[in-house]
Amino acid sequence: MEITGDHIRDKLIKELEAVHVDVEDTSSNRCAASFKVLVVSAQFEGKPLLQRHRMVNMCLAEELKTIHAFEQKTLTPEQWEKQKSQ
Amino acid sequence: MNSLIRYSGRCLRTGAAVFLPRQAGGRMLSTSARLLCAASDLQKDLGGMVKKDKVVVFMKGTPAQPMCGFSNAVVQILRMHGVDDFAAYNVLEDQELREGVKAFSNWPTIPQVYFNGEFVGGCDILLQMHQNGDLVEEFQKLGIRSALLNAENESK
Repeated sequence: MEITGDHIRDKLIKELEAVHVDVEDTSSNRCAASFKVLVVSAQFEGKPLLQRHRMVNMCLAEELKTIHAFEQKTLTPEQWEKQKSQ
Repeated sequence: MNSLIRYSGRCLRTGAAVFLPRQAGGRMLSTSARLLCAASDLQKDLGGMVKKDKVVVFMKGTPAQPMCGFSNAVVQILRMHGVDDFAAYNVLEDQELREGVKAFSNWPTIPQVYFNGEFVGGCDILLQMHQNGDLVEEFQKLGIRSALLNAENESK
Protein backbone atom coordinates (compact mmCIF):
# COMPACT_ATOMS: atom_id res chain seq x y z
CA MET A 1 0.00 0.00 0.00
CA GLU A 2 1.53 3.27 -1.03
CA ILE A 3 1.17 5.99 1.51
CA THR A 4 -0.21 9.12 -0.01
CA GLY A 5 -1.00 12.50 1.44
CA ASP A 6 -4.67 11.89 0.78
CA HIS A 7 -4.61 8.60 2.64
CA ILE A 8 -3.05 10.32 5.66
CA ARG A 9 -5.50 13.19 5.45
CA ASP A 10 -8.50 10.89 5.33
CA LYS A 11 -7.30 8.88 8.29
CA LEU A 12 -6.68 11.93 10.42
CA ILE A 13 -10.08 13.38 9.60
CA LYS A 14 -11.80 10.11 10.35
CA GLU A 15 -10.03 9.10 13.54
CA LEU A 16 -9.33 12.45 15.14
CA GLU A 17 -12.44 14.26 13.87
CA ALA A 18 -10.07 16.83 12.44
CA VAL A 19 -11.76 19.96 11.14
CA HIS A 20 -8.72 20.89 9.14
CA VAL A 21 -5.77 18.91 7.86
CA ASP A 22 -2.85 20.03 5.75
CA VAL A 23 -0.57 17.31 4.48
CA GLU A 24 2.63 18.22 2.75
CA ASP A 25 4.62 15.52 1.04
CA THR A 26 8.20 16.47 1.80
CA SER A 27 9.68 13.34 0.28
CA SER A 28 11.44 15.31 -2.41
CA ASN A 29 13.63 16.89 0.27
CA ARG A 30 14.85 13.49 1.40
CA CYS A 31 15.44 10.12 -0.07
CA ALA A 32 12.39 8.47 1.48
CA ALA A 33 8.73 9.01 2.29
CA SER A 34 8.39 12.09 4.45
CA PHE A 35 5.37 14.13 5.43
CA LYS A 36 4.56 17.32 7.23
CA VAL A 37 1.07 17.62 8.68
CA LEU A 38 -1.05 20.25 10.34
CA VAL A 39 -4.00 18.82 12.24
CA VAL A 40 -6.76 20.90 13.76
CA SER A 41 -9.12 19.03 16.05
CA ALA A 42 -11.28 19.77 19.06
CA GLN A 43 -10.00 16.49 20.50
CA PHE A 44 -6.74 18.29 21.27
CA GLU A 45 -8.50 20.63 23.68
CA GLY A 46 -6.89 20.65 27.10
CA LYS A 47 -4.20 18.17 26.11
CA PRO A 48 -0.49 18.93 26.37
CA LEU A 49 1.63 18.87 23.22
CA LEU A 50 3.12 15.47 23.82
CA GLN A 51 -0.27 13.86 24.28
CA ARG A 52 -1.57 15.47 21.09
CA HIS A 53 1.38 14.22 19.12
CA ARG A 54 0.95 10.74 20.54
CA MET A 55 -2.67 10.79 19.40
CA VAL A 56 -1.54 11.54 15.87
CA ASN A 57 1.19 8.91 16.13
CA MET A 58 -1.34 6.31 17.20
CA CYS A 59 -3.70 7.23 14.40
CA LEU A 60 -0.90 6.78 11.87
CA ALA A 61 0.89 3.92 13.63
CA GLU A 62 0.88 1.65 10.58
CA GLU A 63 2.02 4.35 8.18
CA LEU A 64 4.77 5.57 10.49
CA LYS A 65 6.42 2.19 10.32
CA THR A 66 7.43 2.96 6.76
CA ILE A 67 7.49 6.75 6.74
CA HIS A 68 11.03 7.95 7.14
CA ALA A 69 10.50 11.49 8.44
CA PHE A 70 7.42 13.04 9.96
CA GLU A 71 6.70 16.56 11.14
CA GLN A 72 3.47 17.53 12.82
CA LYS A 73 1.72 20.57 14.18
CA THR A 74 -1.39 20.08 16.32
CA LEU A 75 -3.85 22.87 17.05
CA THR A 76 -7.29 23.20 18.58
CA PRO A 77 -9.87 24.98 16.42
CA GLU A 78 -9.44 28.05 18.63
CA GLN A 79 -5.68 28.08 18.19
CA TRP A 80 -6.15 27.61 14.46
CA GLU A 81 -8.46 30.61 14.17
CA LYS A 82 -6.02 32.70 16.19
CA GLN A 83 -3.12 31.65 14.00
CA LYS A 84 -5.02 32.46 10.84
CA SER A 85 -5.79 35.95 12.00
CA GLN A 86 -2.14 36.70 12.75
CA MET B 1 28.43 7.86 4.14
CA ASN B 2 27.50 4.42 5.41
CA SER B 3 31.03 3.17 4.96
CA LEU B 4 32.30 6.12 6.97
CA ILE B 5 29.98 5.23 9.82
CA ARG B 6 30.94 1.57 9.67
CA TYR B 7 34.61 2.52 9.60
CA SER B 8 34.36 4.69 12.68
CA GLY B 9 32.36 1.94 14.36
CA ARG B 10 35.17 -0.53 13.65
CA CYS B 11 37.75 1.86 15.07
CA LEU B 12 35.84 2.15 18.31
CA ARG B 13 35.35 -1.57 18.63
CA THR B 14 38.98 -2.52 18.03
CA GLY B 15 40.02 0.07 20.58
CA ALA B 16 42.41 1.64 18.13
CA ALA B 17 43.69 5.15 18.83
CA VAL B 18 40.44 6.94 18.53
CA PHE B 19 39.92 10.49 17.49
CA LEU B 20 37.27 11.78 19.86
CA PRO B 21 35.53 14.59 18.08
CA ARG B 22 35.52 17.87 19.98
CA GLN B 23 31.95 18.90 20.57
CA ALA B 24 30.67 22.42 20.48
CA GLY B 25 28.26 21.18 23.11
CA GLY B 26 27.05 17.85 24.42
CA ARG B 27 29.01 14.81 25.41
CA MET B 28 29.28 12.10 22.80
CA LEU B 29 28.72 8.70 24.30
CA SER B 30 29.80 5.76 22.24
CA THR B 31 27.11 3.17 22.04
CA SER B 32 28.97 0.72 19.85
CA ALA B 33 31.42 0.15 22.69
CA ARG B 34 28.64 -1.24 24.86
CA LEU B 35 28.06 -4.95 24.80
CA LEU B 36 24.45 -5.40 23.86
CA CYS B 37 23.50 -8.99 24.39
CA ALA B 38 19.80 -8.74 23.87
CA ALA B 39 17.03 -6.29 23.12
CA SER B 40 15.76 -6.56 26.70
CA ASP B 41 19.17 -5.52 28.00
CA LEU B 42 18.95 -2.49 25.76
CA GLN B 43 15.60 -1.52 27.24
CA LYS B 44 17.16 -1.74 30.70
CA ASP B 45 20.17 0.25 29.53
CA LEU B 46 17.92 2.90 28.06
CA GLY B 47 16.14 3.26 31.37
CA GLY B 48 19.46 4.14 32.94
CA MET B 49 20.70 6.23 30.03
CA VAL B 50 17.77 8.64 30.10
CA LYS B 51 18.08 9.18 33.85
CA LYS B 52 21.85 9.56 34.06
CA ASP B 53 21.87 13.08 32.67
CA LYS B 54 19.45 15.98 32.99
CA VAL B 55 19.20 16.48 29.26
CA VAL B 56 19.49 13.47 26.94
CA VAL B 57 19.17 13.51 23.18
CA PHE B 58 18.97 10.53 20.85
CA MET B 59 19.94 11.88 17.49
CA LYS B 60 21.34 11.13 14.06
CA GLY B 61 24.95 12.18 14.05
CA THR B 62 26.70 14.13 16.77
CA PRO B 63 26.19 17.61 18.22
CA ALA B 64 29.30 18.72 16.34
CA GLN B 65 28.11 17.05 13.16
CA PRO B 66 24.39 16.30 13.01
CA MET B 67 23.37 14.05 10.12
CA CYS B 68 19.78 15.17 9.85
CA GLY B 69 17.96 18.47 9.74
CA PHE B 70 15.68 17.64 12.67
CA SER B 71 18.52 16.41 14.86
CA ASN B 72 20.42 19.55 13.95
CA ALA B 73 17.45 21.72 14.93
CA VAL B 74 17.36 20.14 18.39
CA VAL B 75 21.06 20.76 18.90
CA GLN B 76 20.73 24.35 17.71
CA ILE B 77 17.84 25.03 20.08
CA LEU B 78 19.77 23.63 23.05
CA ARG B 79 22.76 25.72 22.02
CA MET B 80 20.64 28.88 21.85
CA HIS B 81 19.62 28.33 25.45
CA GLY B 82 23.25 27.84 26.38
CA VAL B 83 22.71 24.20 27.28
CA ASP B 84 26.09 22.66 26.57
CA ASP B 85 26.06 19.87 29.06
CA PHE B 86 23.81 17.23 27.62
CA ALA B 87 24.25 13.59 26.68
CA ALA B 88 23.96 12.78 23.01
CA TYR B 89 23.56 9.28 21.60
CA ASN B 90 24.11 8.75 17.89
CA VAL B 91 21.58 6.19 16.69
CA LEU B 92 23.33 5.92 13.33
CA GLU B 93 26.18 4.17 15.13
CA ASP B 94 23.95 1.47 16.49
CA GLN B 95 20.98 0.00 14.63
CA GLU B 96 19.73 -1.78 17.75
CA LEU B 97 19.72 1.49 19.65
CA ARG B 98 17.92 3.16 16.78
CA GLU B 99 15.07 0.66 16.91
CA GLY B 100 15.25 0.12 20.66
CA VAL B 101 14.81 3.75 21.60
CA LYS B 102 11.73 4.01 19.39
CA ALA B 103 10.21 1.07 21.24
CA PHE B 104 11.34 2.41 24.61
CA SER B 105 9.82 5.85 24.07
CA ASN B 106 6.90 4.54 22.03
CA TRP B 107 7.82 7.24 19.56
CA PRO B 108 8.39 6.59 15.87
CA THR B 109 11.08 9.06 14.94
CA ILE B 110 14.50 10.43 15.81
CA PRO B 111 15.53 12.86 17.38
CA GLN B 112 14.14 12.20 20.83
CA VAL B 113 14.65 14.46 23.82
CA TYR B 114 14.51 13.54 27.51
CA PHE B 115 14.54 15.92 30.49
CA ASN B 116 15.24 14.31 33.87
CA GLY B 117 14.40 10.89 32.55
CA GLU B 118 11.09 12.02 31.13
CA PHE B 119 10.33 11.94 27.44
CA VAL B 120 9.72 15.45 26.09
CA GLY B 121 9.22 14.82 22.41
CA GLY B 122 10.94 15.29 19.10
CA CYS B 123 12.04 18.29 17.13
CA ASP B 124 8.51 19.66 16.56
CA ILE B 125 7.66 19.70 20.23
CA LEU B 126 10.99 21.17 21.29
CA LEU B 127 10.66 23.89 18.67
CA GLN B 128 7.14 24.77 19.77
CA MET B 129 8.20 24.84 23.40
CA HIS B 130 11.07 27.10 22.45
CA GLN B 131 8.80 29.45 20.49
CA ASN B 132 6.15 29.76 23.17
CA GLY B 133 8.56 30.23 26.05
CA ASP B 134 7.82 26.90 27.73
CA LEU B 135 11.35 25.68 27.18
CA VAL B 136 12.91 28.36 29.38
CA GLU B 137 10.52 27.29 32.12
CA GLU B 138 11.32 23.61 31.67
CA PHE B 139 15.03 24.30 31.92
CA GLN B 140 14.39 26.29 35.08
CA LYS B 141 12.72 23.22 36.60
CA LEU B 142 15.87 21.28 35.78
CA GLY B 143 17.95 23.91 37.52
CA ILE B 144 19.31 25.19 34.23
CA ARG B 145 19.26 28.90 33.58
CA SER B 146 18.61 29.54 29.92
CA ALA B 147 21.07 31.84 28.18
CA LEU B 148 18.09 33.55 26.62
CA LEU B 149 17.18 34.97 30.02
CA ASN B 150 20.56 36.66 30.14
CA ALA B 151 20.07 38.02 26.66
CA GLU B 152 16.71 39.43 27.73
CA ASN B 153 18.22 41.14 30.75
CA GLU B 154 20.99 42.64 28.68
CA SER B 155 18.62 44.20 26.22
CA LYS B 156 16.63 45.92 28.95
